[in-house]
Amino acid sequence: MQLDAENEKPIFIQLAESIEDNILKGIYPEETQIPSTTEVAVTLKINPATVNRGVNLLVDDGIIYKKRGVGMFVCQGAHEKIMAKHKQAFYQNFLLPILEEAKNLGLSREEISQMLNSSTKIEPAEGRISNEPH
Amino acid sequence: MSRIEIRHVSKAYGKTVALKDVTATISDGKICGLLGRNGAGKTTLLNIITNRIFADQGQVYINDEPVIENDKIQGTIFYMTEKTLYPKETRVSEVFKITKGFYPSFDLDYAASLSDRFKLEPRKKISSLSTGYLTILKLVLTLASDAPITIYDEPVLGLDANHRDLFYKELISHYNDAPNTVILSTHLIEEVTRLLEDVIMLREGAMLLDQPVDSILQLAYTVSGDQESVDRYAVDKKVISRETLGRYKSATLYQTRTAADDELISQLGLDLMPAKLQDVFISLTN
Repeated sequence: MQLDAENEKPIFIQLAESIEDNILKGIYPEETQIPSTTEVAVTLKINPATVNRGVNLLVDDGIIYKKRGVGMFVCQGAHEKIMAKHKQAFYQNFLLPILEEAKNLGLSREEISQMLNSSTKIEPAEGRISNEPH
Repeated sequence: MSRIEIRHVSKAYGKTVALKDVTATISDGKICGLLGRNGAGKTTLLNIITNRIFADQGQVYINDEPVIENDKIQGTIFYMTEKTLYPKETRVSEVFKITKGFYPSFDLDYAASLSDRFKLEPRKKISSLSTGYLTILKLVLTLASDAPITIYDEPVLGLDANHRDLFYKELISHYNDAPNTVILSTHLIEEVTRLLEDVIMLREGAMLLDQPVDSILQLAYTVSGDQESVDRYAVDKKVISRETLGRYKSATLYQTRTAADDELISQLGLDLMPAKLQDVFISLTN
């Protein structure tokens, strides 16, 4: 887990996102235990109250659950929930900054589409993007 | 329960004013940062809390009791000072025993385990300890005191990066096990920001801020871009610092940021960045 001091988001949100990323990557599989508040606080040198705030975000979202006296676990279906959440945020967090930079550079819609279509990072079957303006 | 209330405290040394009508509350069971530049009055305030000196005006209360000449209350505070008070020929292990005499809650086992981890040799005499290890000895004493209120005055003075890291981890780990009231007085703000829940900021003896770190960070943000646009945005707003580089300008603001603000920032084509505690501190104490 890595937190970035230069990152603009509050630490508790960065922490929640970092746990989500680890769930997405399969580092913390569903129905397995994740590190305790204490472990996280000590390892990352963060006030335990901040860690609790981050963790509670994930509990409220149904991503993790607490077992009294045992610890915290990843919920069944957490992976799917996080995927849905990240897909929703994709436009705002990733596409919008790209489009703004493209505007600064004077790139046209066609040029961006061309780059997308020739990129080998997305599968053509799913990732094909029409050149036609919507 | 260990809530500290500082009410209208003033102190002067001759003509030099050290504290001017300082009022603040340090909540029970929280890690509070006491921040200020050199000479801002941090140590004076701590000395008043711990009854080493008297305020000219005002009072400090702990759990509603005045701290002056109050042995019962003073016994609940462990104060790590910058000065070393033990005779030079005393060995580290003897210092532990003496401390145990004054503070029955002092945890000798924990002190031994900490010494081991910091590689502080119990047989060594105080006179033979380096600056860094004198600090380490004081940190070990304070951590192991198990006092309801622990006060650290410049806790990492002379420590290398590894020892600072070890101290911060140990502080959090111990606090997590026993959430007592902790005051961290330091000017190394960047390093301690994440450890803190509340902050008290002093400037030239006067109270500047007494707030949770989160609220401070929520209010502080920096906008930057074309000079004219930044000026247009910042007009009639609470700007705490400005920087210009040719036509480029950045302004740090300290106020609630509304949706209308965000819209205007985006309309003017300005970049928006949340400010760091260190930036807020520098801006407010300059």
